[in-house]
This record gives sequence, structure tokens and C-alpha cells, in this order.
Amino acid sequence: MNLTAVGAIYRFEMARFFRTLMQSFLSPVMSTALYFVVFGSAIGSRIQEVEGVSYGAFIVPGLIMLSVMTQSISNASFGIYFPKFIGTIYELLSAPVNFIEIVIGYVGAAATKSLFIGLVILGTSFLFVDITIAHPLAMLAFLVLTCLSFALLGFIIGIWAGNFEQLQLVPLMVVTPLVFLGGSFYSISMLPPFWQTVTLFNPVVYLISGFRWSFFGTADVAIGVSLFAIGFFTTLCLAVIWWIFKTGWRIRT
Amino acid sequence: MPSIVSVKDVRKVYDSGHEALSGVDLEIQEGEVLALLGPNGAGKTTLISTICGITTKTNGTITVGGHDTVTDFRAARNLIGLVPQEINLEPFEQVINTVRFSRGLFGKRSNAAYVDEVLKTLSLDDKATAQIKELSGGMKRRVLIAKALSHEPRVLFLDEPTAGVDVELRKDMWETVAQLKAQGVTIILTTHYIEEAEAIADRIAVINKGKILLVEEKAKLMARMGQKELRIELAEPLQALPAGFEDVDLSLSDDGGTLIYTYDTAGERTGITSLLTDLQKAGIVLKDLQTRQSSLEDIFVGLVHKEDEA
Ligand SMILES: Nc1ncnc2c1ncn2[C@@H]1O[C@H](COP(=O)(O)OP(=O)(O)OP(=O)(O)O)[C@@H](O)[C@H]1O
Ligand SMILES: [Mg+2]
Repeated sequence: MNLTAVGAIYRFEMARFFRTLMQSFLSPVMSTALYFVVFGSAIGSRIQEVEGVSYGAFIVPGLIMLSVMTQSISNASFGIYFPKFIGTIYELLSAPVNFIEIVIGYVGAAATKSLFIGLVILGTSFLFVDITIAHPLAMLAFLVLTCLSFALLGFIIGIWAGNFEQLQLVPLMVVTPLVFLGGSFYSISMLPPFWQTVTLFNPVVYLISGFRWSFFGTADVAIGVSLFAIGFFTTLCLAVIWWIFKTGWRIRT
Repeated sequence: MPSIVSVKDVRKVYDSGHEALSGVDLEIQEGEVLALLGPNGAGKTTLISTICGITTKTNGTITVGGHDTVTDFRAARNLIGLVPQEINLEPFEQVINTVRFSRGLFGKRSNAAYVDEVLKTLSLDDKATAQIKELSGGMKRRVLIAKALSHEPRVLFLDEPTAGVDVELRKDMWETVAQLKAQGVTIILTTHYIEEAEAIADRIAVINKGKILLVEEKAKLMARMGQKELRIELAEPLQALPAGFEDVDLSLSDDGGTLIYTYDTAGERTGITSLLTDLQKAGIVLKDLQTRQSSLEDIFVGLVHKEDEA
């Protein structure tokens, strides 16, 4: 394992993040604030409580998840797509590093960035609503695992994408709908029975439910199922990465 | 002496089905400067990319420093520095950061003094904290060289290092190559400027359509294939070639003022003495004499042309 190289990639990527610190934080914080105003205050004033929690507090875990998932994907996919696009990938390919080391460097950096953003949003939400975190360690573990697994997914998308449209396609067409319909802003129990069943096919539901459990101790689905879901999703992404590593798919001509 | 880079029967077929390398054999000696010449699309970049690990080969074997570039890729690539043909750099990065990044990527501990030294050699020291996008094209190319040198390679590939570079910078580049060679670095460069190969290479390889046509020491190559021209300026222009000279390789310039005699430097006798004697007998008065060695360019064009006809 060429740890120096992994560190070099990680630091280089993080430096880019810190160079654009304002943009990196401003847009997620901004949109979270908007969500709080629209959903928390405007709509929340009509909804008394969801599962014993004020609506404003109820949406906090979902909001964090929403940002963390989309940020992880866009950071990681862009991180590896950019060198392909501007041609600096030649250096990665000719360096004494293997694909796994490249993945650790890029995915690690992307996950770190979105973890930061997640924590900043959490901090921001304390300004708007009154929340306590029932299981802080579990909360952190869920957050880290989500950052990692979605960064892995983003990395795969970045490797796959041949142009900027494709880079946007999967996040826009698949991930955003799944995240929005995954119970970020509502409890699944609020849906009619038919849609409750449909929703259970949405993997994001399990992640958000588990994350919410770590805040309030209540969940739509059993916490064990949530843990299994996130574990399964991470394993799936790792398997795809491993397959890319073995076959060299889309990396070398 | 064992070769530092050994390419054996390497073939590369791109996904498009195009065969860019068709059975390349090449042995590169430690410490030499090898110039790889060939027309556009000959396969120069493909060959370099294949050695460096950017493209995969279809078959054949490559070793660098005795290490197989596939099975023992870390050891092989540790020895290699690559300056690509295209200027691929991140526009918003600082020069110094991208050079440090390259060093780290190759697993070398950071060494500020060494990196500063590299920047200095390439006259980039005053640009260390500049953003890449602020640099001129020639400076960007030097940044690419600095990145390649950052990890102290034993073998340096320069893919058209002087394309689009002004005369002064080109001379600087030659200087840099000479310095690196003095430090024992093996250098492989591709170029379209034949005078560049003449100026800095020890050996010359010519590639066309994915095949190596020739690898030869520069001096031998020029001696072996070189022809010389004797240009005889006349006191009085001639209308036509004088009679009795049909059998010698003699021609008359368009204005009739110069006779051009072509001869082989490697031949037993050049025939100059008898030619001059015969000219004197024919009553032709000479004004001046000049000889010119045919350049590598003539050789190169001749070779590639012959190949294309075949
Ligand atoms: N990625 C690729 N996919 C398909 N064909 C390619 C690819 N890269 C290069 N080729 C083809 O392979 C051949 C050799 O290309 P290469 O870039 O090695 O030539 P070159 O000798 O470096 O030329 P130049 O002097 O123009 O740089 C060309 O016919 C080119 O079109
Ligand atoms: Mg080329």
C-alpha cells in the first residue's frame, strides 16, 4: 500500500475544498435554511407533531441526509471525473499506485467534505429548532457510513461518466427522487398503505429512518434493518469498485 | 550492458480496432538520450503511454529497470518520469502544490529543498506560488517537466517537449536534457524537429505506422546514410550541363550558376579530384566551393517515404 500517495491525493483534494470553503459551505447551509423556513416554519406551523417530535425537529435528520447524500455523490463523482476531463488523469495512471489507493484517496476526501457539511448543517439547525440527540455515537456512525457509501457511488458514477451530462444524470434522475421520496420530510406512516409498501423498495428510506432513530429513538423501520441496509449498500458499492479494479473498466484505454 | 527499458514484441490495438503498435522491439540503454522520430500518428505517444502504464498493451512484454510493467508495476513506475504531449494541468492549482503532489503520488517523502531545486533548474522558482492559469504555454510545459522530475526518476519520457516552444526556450530545454543526462538520467524524447534529435540524441529510432524502422547511433546513422553535396559556384553561368559529365552525379542549378555534385562520404573514393580535373579540362572556371552534409531530415524523409510506398 502506497500510503504516501493516498495521503497526497487526499490532501490535494481537501486543499481544493478549503480553497473554495465559502462556496462549499454556503450552498448547503443556504438551502438548509430555506428548507427550514419553508417546511419547518410555513408548513410546520400546520403540522403539530410527528411521532412525538415537533415537525421542525423531525425534518432535521432528513435534511442532513439529503445534503450529505447529494454532496457525497457530487464531490466524489466530480473529483475523479475532473482529472479525466482535463487530462491530468495521466499522472494517476502512470504513478506507482493501484486503483484501490486511488479510490481511498478520492472517496476519503469526498466523504470527509460531506461529513463536514453534514456537521455544519446540524450546527445550523440548532439555531432554528430545539433538538437533542438520543444516540450521538450511532448518529455519527450512520453519518460517516452514509458519507462513505454515497461517495463510493459517486466515484463509480465519475468513472462511468463520459461527459458532464452523464455526470449529472444519475444524481438528478435517480438519487434526488429516491432521497426526496425516502421520508426526508415526512414519516412513512403518514402515507396511505399502498404507498407505504412501495416506499419500502426505496433503499434511502432505511438510511433516513435509521438516522432519525439515532436522534429521536423512533423509526419507521426497525433499526436492525436500517443497519443491514446501509451495510448492504456499502458492500454493493465496494463490490462494483472491486470489479472495476479487476477489469480496468473505463480507466485505461 | 543490460537495457534499462526493454520493449519486446509489443502490439497495441485500440478499442476502435486501430492497430497503433504492431510488434515493437526496442532496447533503451541506461544513461542514453534516445530520440524517437516519426510522422503524426506513427505511434510514438502510444508507445510511451504503454510503457508508462497509461494504456494497456494487447500483447508483448515491457520491463523498466528489470521490472515488468504489469506484474511489478510499482517498481517499474517508480523509475519513470513522464512529460506528456498535451499540456494537462489543473488551471487553479499553484505550481508548487502540483509539483509536490506529483512527488507524493510517487510515494516519495516531501523534500522542499529538492522541489525548490527542480523549480530553479527550470527557471520556475519565481512562479512557485503562481496559479497555473497565469503561466504562458512554455512555462506550463516546464511545470510538466518539474512534475515529472519531482520524484527523481531514472528514466524520463519527454513527448514532444519543445512543440510550440520558442527558440530560446528550446535551447534551454536542450540544456536541461544535457544536465539530466550528466546526472545519469536516461531520456527518451519524441520530436518533429530533426535538428533537435541531431543536437541532443545519442541514438535515434524511427517509427512509422506502429513499427520501428530503425534504431541507430546518431553519428553512425549520419555517416552510413549521409550523403554530401559539393556545390561548385561558377564564374560564368552555363546554359546546360557540359558534355562528357553524363555519367557522374552532377546537376546544374536552375540559374545555371552552380554545379551540384552528390557523393557518398562512406565510399572508397569521392571522385572529387577527377571531377575537378575534368572541369578544368573542359575550360570551366570556378568561383567558389562548398560542401554540405545531408541532414538527418533527408534520411528520415527518405526512410518514411520508402516505407509508405512499400
Ligand atoms: N485512444 C485512442 N483510441 C483509438 N485510436 C487511437 C487512440 N489514441 C491514438 N490512436 C491512434 O493511434 C495511432 C497512433 O497515435 P499516437 O498518438 O501514438 O501517434 P503519435 O506518433 O504520437 O503522433 P503525433 O506525432 O501526432 O503525436 C493514430 O492513428 C491515432 O489515431
Ligand atoms: Mg504523439
